[in-house]
Amino acid sequence: MVITLTVNGELTTAVVSAYESLLDVLRDGLGLMGTKGACLQGECGSCTVIIDGRPLCSCLVLAVSADESSIETIEGIADGARLTDVQQAIIDSGGVQCGFCTPGFVMTATALARSSRSYSMDDLREELSGNLCRCTGYGAILRGLATVVNETDL
Amino acid sequence: MLESYRRPLLLAGGTDVMVDVNLNRKRPSTILSVRGLAELGTSDCRWIGANTTFRELEGSRHPALAELSRTIGSPQIRYAATLGGNLGTASPAGDSLPFLLAIDAEVVLRGADSIRRLPVADFLVGPKSNAATSREVIEGVLLGHPPTTAQAFAKVGTRAAMVISAVSACVVRRASGWAVAVGACAPTAIRIPGAESILDASDNVTDDVLEQVAESVRAAVSPIDDHRSTAAYRRHAAGVLVTRCVQRCLGKW
Repeated sequence: MVITLTVNGELTTAVVSAYESLLDVLRDGLGLMGTKGACLQGECGSCTVIIDGRPLCSCLVLAVSADESSIETIEGIADGARLTDVQQAIIDSGGVQCGFCTPGFVMTATALARSSRSYSMDDLREELSGNLCRCTGYGAILRGLATVVNETDL
Repeated sequence: MLESYRRPLLLAGGTDVMVDVNLNRKRPSTILSVRGLAELGTSDCRWIGANTTFRELEGSRHPALAELSRTIGSPQIRYAATLGGNLGTASPAGDSLPFLLAIDAEVVLRGADSIRRLPVADFLVGPKSNAATSREVIEGVLLGHPPTTAQAFAKVGTRAAMVISAVSACVVRRASGWAVAVGACAPTAIRIPGAESILDASDNVTDDVLEQVAESVRAAVSPIDDHRSTAAYRRHAAGVLVTRCVQRCLGKW
């Protein structure tokens, strides 16, 4: 089947098989390796992308059902070499260790930063509960993101 | 369109179906996505369209529904997962199901030329089995009672976030009397009429009444041992969660 996607602002077509997830299409079909796959059951959040404005686990999206949607991945977030405030905040706080979970955290946090809601530290913990970090870097990640989710204008 | 396929699997948010697909447990020959059906998207305080997501339901005027919605999966899951999907999957541990039972909800099933309403208890046939035919779509649920502050939901699992319930409970005090329901303690989520009659017959919910309620819950459930918990723990916890919910309905917890 051929589907049409807008990926990071560019209209793209992809040939997908019936049971393929959007994650597989992004990585294997379109070569966008920034989005990671680990648990394949929505537990870990490393495959988080923003679909039509909502942060979703791309492993749980059947690729054909994403036809005609607009997808943002980690590759499309920065403006060239200029990182977004969310990316910079995670670097500045030391919130990156092995880096595997980082794209997922950045995508979830980007959606938070764009919303007009403000988030307490508890809210932030809850909103990021779908992203796992196995280097146990939560403290640094949370401290970094707390500085940007309430004020960033992306 | 449903008529053209033999046994199509209906896909809503995908958070259950895709796990089975990714892990090679299920390869349905036909998958029909209902996500784009605008007719399944409307909601108010008495009607919830099947495509309403749990992220949306976090803001429900029904306190127990709002609360249970906040405990489902993670934000990423709640942006995708829908009430219709939770019903369709019909897991014994489906977190919305005790609430829907306690609020006397009816599932509205629509076919090409048919529409029928089924009480949730009749819709839930067994573990992961429901009463919809392969010619019907879950259109939504009709809630039997208006929102009230006397509603409570509680669940236990092995951690605080991203967890499938080992046991869940919902209690609603309606004008017509108490409703008590538990999840993950029987082949489907169930109401506990014995506990309801004890509460209805008590002018004052004393500690003694609460213990009788807990005992009637423990007697009514038929839990199993599995990888999430043991039957003995589930039986005990069901009694505890129900009494805690009753106290919360009375403003006491």
